[in-house]
Amino acid sequence: MATSPPPAVEPPLLEVEGLVKHFPLRGGFLGRAGRVRAVDGVDFSVARGETLGIVGESGCGKSTVARLLMRLIEPDRGTIRFAGRPVGSPELPLRAYRRRVQMVFQDSWSSLNPRLSVEESIAFAPMVHGSPRAEALARAHALLDRVGLDPRRFAGRYPHELSGGQRQRINIARALALGPELVILDEAVSALDKSVEAQVLNLLQDLKDEFGLTYLFISHDLQVVRYLSDRVLVMYLGRVAELGPAEAIFEDARHPYTQALLRSMPSLDPDARTREAPLQGDPPNPIDPPAGCRFHPRCAFAEPVCARREPALAACGSAHRAACSMVEPGSGHGRAPRRAEEVALG
Amino acid sequence: MAERVLEIRGLEVTFRRGEERIRAVAGVDLTLAAGEALALIGESGSGKSVTLRQVLRLDPERTTEVAGSVRVGGEEVGRLDRRGLRRLRGGRVGMVFQEPLLALDPVYTVGQQIVEAIRAHEPVSRAEARARALELFRLVHVPSPDRRLDAYPHELSGGLRQRAMIALALACRPQLLLADEPTTALDATVQIQVLLLLRELQERLGLAILFVTHDIGAAVEIADRIAVIYAGRIVEEGPVRAVIRSPLHPYTRGLLASRTEGALVKGRRIAAIPGSPPDLARPPPGCAFAPRCSLAVEACRRSVPRLEPFAPGHAVRCLRAPEWAASAA
Ligand SMILES: Nc1ncnc2c1ncn2[C@@H]1O[C@H](COP(=O)(O)OP(=O)(O)OP(=O)(O)O)[C@@H](O)[C@H]1O
Ligand SMILES: Nc1ncnc2c1ncn2[C@@H]1O[C@H](COP(=O)(O)OP(=O)(O)OP(=O)(O)O)[C@@H](O)[C@H]1O
Ligand code: SF4
Ligand SMILES: [Mg+2]
Ligand SMILES: [Mg+2]
Repeated sequence: MATSPPPAVEPPLLEVEGLVKHFPLRGGFLGRAGRVRAVDGVDFSVARGETLGIVGESGCGKSTVARLLMRLIEPDRGTIRFAGRPVGSPELPLRAYRRRVQMVFQDSWSSLNPRLSVEESIAFAPMVHGSPRAEALARAHALLDRVGLDPRRFAGRYPHELSGGQRQRINIARALALGPELVILDEAVSALDKSVEAQVLNLLQDLKDEFGLTYLFISHDLQVVRYLSDRVLVMYLGRVAELGPAEAIFEDARHPYTQALLRSMPSLDPDARTREAPLQGDPPNPIDPPAGCRFHPRCAFAEPVCARREPALAACGSAHRAACSMVEPGSGHGRAPRRAEEVALG
Repeated sequence: MAERVLEIRGLEVTFRRGEERIRAVAGVDLTLAAGEALALIGESGSGKSVTLRQVLRLDPERTTEVAGSVRVGGEEVGRLDRRGLRRLRGGRVGMVFQEPLLALDPVYTVGQQIVEAIRAHEPVSRAEARARALELFRLVHVPSPDRRLDAYPHELSGGLRQRAMIALALACRPQLLLADEPTTALDATVQIQVLLLLRELQERLGLAILFVTHDIGAAVEIADRIAVIYAGRIVEEGPVRAVIRSPLHPYTRGLLASRTEGALVKGRRIAAIPGSPPDLARPPPGCAFAPRCSLAVEACRRSVPRLEPFAPGHAVRCLRAPEWAASAA
């Protein structure tokens, strides 16, 4: 195939198409081997300088998406393009890609080597990528300063000599050391208490402005996702349930799962406490997801059609899409908008 | 006045670690009546878990110095012998934790664990205990309870595991439930289910609940009263409405400012409390919050302010609170 001409507009920084990852289940009784359909056909893109929030029930596949993007695990199917180039192709080999994408994990311990001091941890990756030691250390000190930790006090400390919030700031500094363009934050502030979290969120905003970063922000905390994100992707059981501008998602959610999720936020008003859980029951089994719309067994609006056909991601506003038969024209759901031709016919 | 299920007076807990003495709890007073839910909120390392653990004397005696008094149902916990403590733990007092996998034994089914817990405290047959376990699973709304009793902890989802742990904690019909961040690790849809469950149990069983969290939203959903702890001392305590609507301590106000309605406005910086909490091995002489407090004056640094009643049931440990509240009114 001939190489395509340079695009007129800048392509999205990250484009994900048809991403699939199934985990085989080992053993199983009577040779019954199943597969966990952790990520089961996910498409989205992220523009340079944008923050995309990802939310969804525990186990819906958020971290698996993150690990696929980092290429910590290989996708079964699907493509990931970065700055217009397929990741892992000769145009963009993994090694070059990995300098440009970094990740911060929820567990502040997991990516710090307990035997490396703070400055060594931060300088480690740049040195592996060929930075001279003195230069890497100088930059580590500058980054420490940038994340609000005085290098004179903290550079020589070891992970166990830091508080959780301090460790997480080290992780952020470490992720920035290679000068990445995209930073994936997987529950990166979840373990922090509110006062430290506020400091770290302010820091993330400042760093984004200063270095022109693009964020993929995964979190259980809907308030924080709303605060930080330009757009929000809602996942349900390995698939995209809804995707749109943060304001549209939070003010005008169209997927019943998103609506239930938002109503599950604690009220903060002692006189308006939640009376009934908006979503009952357990998430269904990702080994054997329900046919049709995966949400239909728990959905208050489900009609017979929902058990039969899987809704496509249909547009329901500018840049706002939801995978629900109530949104898709002519789906056969009683609440679906009619197709244009049906409307024309009256 | 309703029966006092829990009464903590002047609790001080100091850990010895080599040469260092870490004063994790520096004089805590708390009372809990039957059927009342109190949320203890505060940042990481403020002494929430240590306070909770002292109700059951769970910290190693060898390295822990404890002063003050903890009474459960009028009985002084510090005077209980081994047998008395065993009866208390999992008997009159149940406990749930943030991470159910640490509390549940991976090699037994959740049903077996509840049956054993009941039989350790009461002379009942296995069949009777099993029937009660089933009843408990219904009480905490586990779907298909009969089948789920035979599941191992790892076979349950996070939300179900948390319910199983609550059922285990309730096995011997406790009067008091100690809950240490039981919903922090859960996602929003499951968290609200568990909070509503605890509230229902509080009402139906007259259970007193001491709920530790750093999530203000969770505290508001569950608590009748809120106590705010900072560096091992209660700095404010009062009815949930009063503390949320008219917080008096600068720390409580800072905490709420980073979270309540209008705190997270896109594009605007979050009002974060500057600085970090004090080193508990070297606590400052006066108000522990003074180094971070915008209202601090010389007097704040001289001696520790007392927890003073301000309005009915609403007390605050801040020299400047009366003055500040008057000017804000
Ligand atoms: N290595 C693996 N082997 C088998 N199953 C896996 C593996 N990693 C993840 N899974 C399963 O894939 C599904 C998606 O997991 P994932 O960690 O991506 O969820 P998540 O959305 O990040 O959840 P949480 O909010 O709890 O972090 C889950 O059912 C999980 O148990
Ligand atoms: N066994 C111990 N030895 C020494 N110090 C301890 C011990 N247990 C707790 N501490 C210290 O006591 C202080 C209070 O700890 P505690 O666990 O009560 O905090 P917390 O308020 O529950 O915080 P978090 O929200 O992080 O759970 C902390 O500074 C902690 O490091
Ligand atoms: S006593 Fe002083 S330092 Fe402490 S909180 Fe009140 S005003 Fe601030
Ligand atoms: Mg995850
Ligand atoms: Mg704790």
